Amino acid sequence: MNFDGFMYPNEVELQWSVLIVLYPFLTGLVAGAFILASLERVFLVEAVKPTYRLALLTALAFLLVAPLPLQLHLGHPERSLEMYLTPHRASAMAMFGFVYLWYLMAVLLVEIWLDYRKDIVLIMQSSRGLKSWVYRAMTLGSTNISDGALQVDSRAGWLITLIGIPSAFLLHGYVGFIFGSVKANPWWSTPLMPVVFLFSAMVSGIAAVMLLYMLLTTIRRQEIDMRCVDTIARYLFYTFVVDFSLEMLDLIHRIYEADESFRSLDFMVHTRLFVSQVVIQIAAGTIVPLVLLALTQVFSLKPKLRKRIYILAGTLTLIGIFAMRWNVVIGGQLFSKSFLGYTTYKMGFVAREGLLTAVVLTLLPLVILWFLVSLLPPWPARHASVMSTRSPEQLTD
Amino acid sequence: MNVTRRKLLILLPAAAVAWEYVLARAPESSPNYNAAEHWWGMLLDITKCIGCGSCVRACQLENHVPDAYYRTWVERYIVQEWGFEHLSVDSPNGGKDGFPATPDGEGKSFFVPKLCNHCADSPCTQVCPVGATFVSPDGVVLVDKKYCLGCRYCIQACPYGCRFLNPETHTAEKCSLCYHRINKGLTTACCEVCPTGARQLADLKDPADPVHEFLKTHSVQVLKPHLATGAKAFYNGLDGSVR
Repeated sequence: MNFDGFMYPNEVELQWSVLIVLYPFLTGLVAGAFILASLERVFLVEAVKPTYRLALLTALAFLLVAPLPLQLHLGHPERSLEMYLTPHRASAMAMFGFVYLWYLMAVLLVEIWLDYRKDIVLIMQSSRGLKSWVYRAMTLGSTNISDGALQVDSRAGWLITLIGIPSAFLLHGYVGFIFGSVKANPWWSTPLMPVVFLFSAMVSGIAAVMLLYMLLTTIRRQEIDMRCVDTIARYLFYTFVVDFSLEMLDLIHRIYEADESFRSLDFMVHTRLFVSQVVIQIAAGTIVPLVLLALTQVFSLKPKLRKRIYILAGTLTLIGIFAMRWNVVIGGQLFSKSFLGYTTYKMGFVAREGLLTAVVLTLLPLVILWFLVSLLPPWPARHASVMSTRSPEQLTD
Repeated sequence: MNVTRRKLLILLPAAAVAWEYVLARAPESSPNYNAAEHWWGMLLDITKCIGCGSCVRACQLENHVPDAYYRTWVERYIVQEWGFEHLSVDSPNGGKDGFPATPDGEGKSFFVPKLCNHCADSPCTQVCPVGATFVSPDGVVLVDKKYCLGCRYCIQACPYGCRFLNPETHTAEKCSLCYHRINKGLTTACCEVCPTGARQLADLKDPADPVHEFLKTHSVQVLKPHLATGAKAFYNGLDGSVR
């Protein structure tokens, strides 16, 4: 028997596995990375410019993988298209497909294409054979890179980013709503859930782009722009403070209100969720990175030390946010809706919904990102060399 | 295809009957059954339930329910005084094989049969992304297993733990109130076999159904009323400790 106390007989088996933990984690990284990118574009935060394109590509890489865990989890994945063809409008989950498609097709792909159009044309013109044809296809037939055309691109890109910000909020806020609207489950059912999900998404996305920028810059043997990472770390700190405050508000509210589910949930947090919630999420994944980031705000530390602090704080943040998703999804299924018993989650290793699948799905966006970075280099150095091969007159159709 | 006059004469009435059901958009299979005239629920009398498990066995046989999953089950409550701290609940094998003897002097004990509450405002049908689970025109919550994605959102949304994922069909499953029987004028398998009449199928739209007299003269309650699901499993003699 893998449960204690009394569970309704059908509750013993957990329904949503580690893959469903992964899904909000991945979409959170998408939303967070996009919001960081929009800082430069819409709010004109010039310092974060070196990460603008990387943030967009990161968002795309994670967005492409985000539906895979859901797809693998379905009992009948071959029927998943029905969500588009015959959606049930009262269902929060049914709307996911549309929010996802909107975000992918109308926001992210368009914005990336507009921003990279000039580069794509330049690479197409400077290359031969298959490579040239690949980039020619990516131009979608639009090869005019005159100043006037680029200005139109820029204005359209700004507008798309403006639409993209509420879309990114919608994408992840809605994921929170999927859980927050389940009135049968007191661990999930709170109107704060979409807001908490949104801020934790921003925290994770900002941390991920910061780490990726530092990692890729080091691999490229370039100098890390400290003004850029300092600014990102400052935004990470502020967003994290709001996120932590919201989570604590939720916790304090639950403790003070102490409704019929409280004893059961309190017992769960002190036993089965203690390590993942109290130790990993709150202590190691929130308080430690917050203190580390606060140190960099209060004291003037040397760049080398600041870099190390950012790497440590960013890594702990990502672990903490993953633990948060785990505690919401898995934690919400560990107790009986009778509030009289607790079950356990046993994760397989080599299984359709096992640990290995989860690890592969976590690494897959990084592989896609590597491919995207090779295809559409976010670094200015490459463009300069391309630019030097032809005069501007030759480049304009 | 050649259609002779004789074949056409045979096909036309059949097509007319079929078309009537297409227009009605009702999941009816019996020609004399009119879904609009019924609104199904169930009356469960805790004072009569003896925990024999006949209902669970009958349901499993009638509906081919896989082992270790339950469309209906029976819980035994042993309540010493009041509240959470003073009660114990068990349901070995869903009560399918009955219960071991209740220890003496442990307080009051009683059996609570459980099944889908066929809620009028059911949270499970609300969340289904494709509408594969729905409330029929006669008030029964059903699942179309040829359409269900197996996402399990409905299982999460049910406050009563009545749903499970069928390990063979990989679709959500639950009590159908023996829909294949009740639309032929029969009662459910569980009600049919209950030796004490603790479970009674109730047609809330039929004025001749004795449930109306019972509801008027007894204190009945639904499970978790604060969730406002419009549950239609009415319990007589429900103790406040029951979840």
